Amino acid sequence: MQYLVSVIDDRTASATEEEMTAIHGFNDRLRAEGNWVFAGGLAAPDTATVIDNRGEQPLLTDGPFLETKEFLAGFWVIEAPDLDAALALAAEGSKHCNRRVEVRPFL
Amino acid sequence: MSGDGVREAVARAHRAEWARIVAALTRRFGDLDVAEEAAAEAFAAAVERWPADGVPPAPGGWLATTATRRAIDRIRREGKRDGKQREARMLHDDTPHEHVGAIDDDRLRLIFTCCHPALAPESRVALTLRMVGGLTVAEIARAFLVQESAMGRRITRAKAKIKAARIPYRVPAAEDLPARVSGVLAVLYLVFNEGYLPTGPAAGPVRRDLTAEAIRLTRLVRGLLPADGEAAGLLALMLLTEARRPARVSANGELVPLGEQDRGSWDAALVAEGHRLVRERLAAGEAPGRYQILAAINAVHTSARDVRDTDWSQVVALYDQLVRLDPSPVVALNRAVAVAETDGPHVALAAVDRLADSLAGYHAFHATRADLLRRLGRGGAAREAYDRAVELAGNTAETAYLTRRRDAAG
Repeated sequence: MQYLVSVIDDRTASATEEEMTAIHGFNDRLRAEGNWVFAGGLAAPDTATVIDNRGEQPLLTDGPFLETKEFLAGFWVIEAPDLDAALALAAEGSKHCNRRVEVRPFL
Repeated sequence: MSGDGVREAVARAHRAEWARIVAALTRRFGDLDVAEEAAAEAFAAAVERWPADGVPPAPGGWLATTATRRAIDRIRREGKRDGKQREARMLHDDTPHEHVGAIDDDRLRLIFTCCHPALAPESRVALTLRMVGGLTVAEIARAFLVQESAMGRRITRAKAKIKAARIPYRVPAAEDLPARVSGVLAVLYLVFNEGYLPTGPAAGPVRRDLTAEAIRLTRLVRGLLPADGEAAGLLALMLLTEARRPARVSANGELVPLGEQDRGSWDAALVAEGHRLVRERLAAGEAPGRYQILAAINAVHTSARDVRDTDWSQVVALYDQLVRLDPSPVVALNRAVAVAETDGPHVALAAVDRLADSLAGYHAFHATRADLLRRLGRGGAAREAYDRAVELAGNTAETAYLTRRRDAAG
């Protein structure tokens, strides 16, 4: 079972050196214990481009599709047997990156 | 057997067997919906068949067999569905299917799943009453004064989240158990309190159905977790509170405060059972949690034949103990009520006034202040405080009591 652990923030690339070290250490453990699928940090929402190619030709719009004060700043995709295991890992992730996180199951 | 006799037999079987059947089916088929529907169909079949065929010698076995057949029928009907998709909808249960002692009761798994902290508190309450308590969606909706359709959606959404997010169907690991048990007890206490002091003008002063259901489910949890002191404490607290119910609302629908209650009308059997549990916990010699301390406070009150016999210094000492566990302003407010009896209303009022910032929106804060001001002969200030308490109170009997007190404050 895979879960998306979204990191919620109101700034991007705002992690301190200390937080980055903690995140790398946590990632190594995820890999060692078989919970790692993928992870990454994202650039600011205003660097986003929305593409709508449902019509004749692709329509490009500058900016995120949703303007919010808080946004997705990064994420983990983790492998976990159930929600309790995923929540335990996400709780550690929140501690290490020092941000709130949201846990959402993949279909 | 008479019609009444059969109805009583079905009702008795429902109380005794519903949770067991739903829990066992959930375990076997890994699906809360299948379990809930099959159990409901089995009881409907009993209502239909028992009057003609007679009540079977082992009603629980009859119901379990019938429910299992219904569940298998339904799964066969749905068998055309993609197997993988079905598997994905199954509840996650990775523990070996073997007996591992008294704690491995399927009903406990069901309770922990329904009270999972990833569900919204109001969903935990609704799901527990439906799946464990066996109340219908309509009954739960009525109890919480929401539309039946809204309550149905709440329960459906919670079940869908359990499946999609894979909330496990198991008793939590030993290291997580105390926190998770306290989550379960919080749900039961919420049900009890909504029954004991219902809010909203449409609710009666007491919801006997909810207090009874909360006590029944707490008895079940207490039976399943006999070593848990807080489960015993919560049961004792509920019993000692429920025992006073007959004296709590006057004939004209007004709340009667503890000090003015007719203690002869308290339920002596409930008091005795509550006291027995409190003594049992004291003898265990473990540091008590909040429910055990609250139960002990209620035991002191229910030990006094007359309010003047109340051992108030013992009550204050217990509140001191509770403050160390839970330094919240509400606990401090309740402590101040006892302090008024040991050190006088003047000292108590000073303690209450220190809580003004955090409790300005809480009716009991203003009601307590009003009473202390009244006792100090400050009628005008008391009246103002009663005004504020009446404004904020949600319970009809409490509003009636506070209004009369305000009018008497001059």
